[in-house]
Amino acid sequence: MTLLTTVFAAIICTILWYKKAPNDEMKLNILCFMYWGASIMWLVDAIFEYAELKAAYFTPALEDMVNDLYLGLSVVALGLIVWLVVLLIKDPKGVVKASFLRKK
Amino acid sequence: MACFLVPAAEAAVVTIATQILIAHENKILPKYKREENARLAVGAEKKAPFSQKLRWLSNLLWGGAFLLAFEHVWHGEVVPWFPFLTAASNPADASVMLHEMSTVGVTMAILVTAVWAVMVLVSNAMTKKALSPVAVTK
Repeated sequence: MTLLTTVFAAIICTILWYKKAPNDEMKLNILCFMYWGASIMWLVDAIFEYAELKAAYFTPALEDMVNDLYLGLSVVALGLIVWLVVLLIKDPKGVVKASFLRKK
Repeated sequence: MACFLVPAAEAAVVTIATQILIAHENKILPKYKREENARLAVGAEKKAPFSQKLRWLSNLLWGGAFLLAFEHVWHGEVVPWFPFLTAASNPADASVMLHEMSTVGVTMAILVTAVWAVMVLVSNAMTKKALSPVAVTK
């Protein structure tokens, strides 16, 4: 479930990045790289788990599934927070800088 | 248990290599030449430097390793006190952890690098096609 949540986040971010490309002033490439990197790593994790559990891998207990979904959503939220912090620090539109320099 | 440490270590190496490459690229061309090239390249298609492509790999590795580290914190496998990895506190768990790092962790690093290599090959092919002179037809 965590893998699935991250893959969907990666796909959505990539579509949003492509819509605006080559202009990337919102720094969406950061989100794309982060979510795709995590998705590939969790895919490897899933393959190893499948090799161990076989078909039982696809029938997880409801409690495990809910916990994994909760983790996946938390991961997506954490990724968004990291992206937001980088965006505000890099400030490609100069909005943050302008708000600090605004005269009273 | 600590599989994310392998891609994180690779990310650190790639980041250092990227910085060295950027310094080398800047050394090859003096500043005035780089500025002139940048001025001439406005609006024109040009090949991305390899350091930029290397940055894709470091972003993939750092991003993935960071989110995986969070998952390990979630599962209580990484703690904010020494030795930081719960599996490192006793030898039996430590050997399981090292086995997982050498199997799952190394596979993660290899697969991310393989995906990046495909990205570089595709981007090189696309750039080559875009920069090649167009055949004049009637």
